[in-house]
Amino acid sequence: MDFTVALAQIKPKLGCLDDNMALAEAAIEKGIAAGADLVVFPELALTGYFLKDLVPEVALRLDSPQIEKLKKLSERISIAIGFVEVSADFRFFNSAVYLENGEIRHVHRKVYLPTYGLFDEQRYMARGERFRAFDTRFGRIGMLICEDMWHLSAPYILAMDGAMTLLCLSSSPGRGITESEGLGSAAAWQKLTTTTAMFLNCRVFYCNRVGYEDGINFWGGSEAISPSGEMTDRGAILEEDFVLAKVDGGALRRERIFSPMMRDENLAITVKELKRIDREKDC
Amino acid sequence: MGGLTVNTKLLRQILVGFVRDEVYKVGVRKGVLGLSGGIDSALVAYIAAEALGPENVHAYCMPYRTSNPESEAHARLVAESLGINFKVLEITPMIDAYFTVTPDADNMRRGNKMARERMTILYDHSAAVGGLVLGTSNKTELLLGYGTLHGDMASALNPIGDIYKSQVWALSEAMGVPHEVIEKKPSADLWAGQTDEQELGFTYREADELLYRMVDQRMSREELIAAGFDPAFIDNVARKVQGSHFKRRLPIIAKVSNRTIDRDFRYARDWGK
Repeated sequence: MDFTVALAQIKPKLGCLDDNMALAEAAIEKGIAAGADLVVFPELALTGYFLKDLVPEVALRLDSPQIEKLKKLSERISIAIGFVEVSADFRFFNSAVYLENGEIRHVHRKVYLPTYGLFDEQRYMARGERFRAFDTRFGRIGMLICEDMWHLSAPYILAMDGAMTLLCLSSSPGRGITESEGLGSAAAWQKLTTTTAMFLNCRVFYCNRVGYEDGINFWGGSEAISPSGEMTDRGAILEEDFVLAKVDGGALRRERIFSPMMRDENLAITVKELKRIDREKDC
Repeated sequence: MGGLTVNTKLLRQILVGFVRDEVYKVGVRKGVLGLSGGIDSALVAYIAAEALGPENVHAYCMPYRTSNPESEAHARLVAESLGINFKVLEITPMIDAYFTVTPDADNMRRGNKMARERMTILYDHSAAVGGLVLGTSNKTELLLGYGTLHGDMASALNPIGDIYKSQVWALSEAMGVPHEVIEKKPSADLWAGQTDEQELGFTYREADELLYRMVDQRMSREELIAAGFDPAFIDNVARKVQGSHFKRRLPIIAKVSNRTIDRDFRYARDWGK
């Protein structure tokens, strides 16, 4: 089926849940008005990124009024959005929730929490333990949060779990200025999104935020990538944007006929070899 | 060399966006800066004027009686070409009054006192006009510690603190800073004929080539020597970087509680913004 995905390239305020909820609601309404079927937000869209000790203060339970409100809105448009989730045992996760038809369809807790260079996520947050694809009205989807995508195994697992659409919610800081046209971090991501789509014959939707936090910029450049690895739509660099990407449903079918790598992918060999590696590691 | 050459269009976009975003989110619309007549403050004035509009930029030239008159002329040239607010506030009376008490002070103490005098004036005007003080120290100076703590190093926001002097030159060209300002020898202008490079004992270009590899690329001493740098120069610069590190940090606090500011009480400065 053909459908339209909106990438809400917003500029969240650091630690301001109410303001960011208002931003999200405005973007959702905009998506509905524009005829979009799914709206994707950045990582930690409801909170901002460099939270540090604010993490517990902005964390939401899955039954919080904010998530309830988004659930209600998902009766009119499907929503993927990032926030800090607090579990019943008071662990805090960098999570993304997928809402559709008034229900929570899936929650992904970021597995790979970067803690190097300018990142310090694992100091403040707990690590997710699984990658799972899930069913939606657009077929099977897999969600990744930023750094997750830099681990080859993550999108691979989702694709093997049947995902044909990958959503990546991101808060990627811009860095690495050189003489080339774009920032180093932007160029690296652009390679990654297109290559991932090409390897797995999946559509990729990448939503990155903009704005500055303590002098660190987030570069935007949200993208829609076709299953052949072509970038079809891209948001503004360093500025707020609202990208509407029309998905040609047939392109995925055609790509999978043309290059049936996923059909031929041998899960049994992969599992066998990974098990062997794991076994030998323990020796 | 490759790494120091930057895409000035993109750099300009990031730095202009930074000033606009970080000033507006505090709830003010204006920027305040000291305009010395040198290239660093000229570049910050260009960035600020583009970010906030020239009418929202307040520049102050604060000469001492021994300052080179050319400096004030260059500051004025920059302000006039941008159409920003400009005022000359001479610091001679305050400085001379202070040094009548301690007349034996050497050049370094006098220079530091002047830098701090200028800082107090900028912060006073920051309150007067309702704007943030914009820093004008570049990455080369900050790494070498070639600045006065709580003096010219003090600011609310610094758009050029992560770009080397060589990159300041390139961006200044791209943004149209007057050539007189770009081409003259960098000077702290504390006494007649003083130049930074003479005082440092090496050129900014040399320092940038080394610092870029040492800091940004984390090359080891052996790798730097293999790349052709003189071991004595490497050690001299490395010593300056380490020796001045205190200038780049907040004062350290004696920890006694469970939650000490900046140690385990950690919030971004943009907390709630």
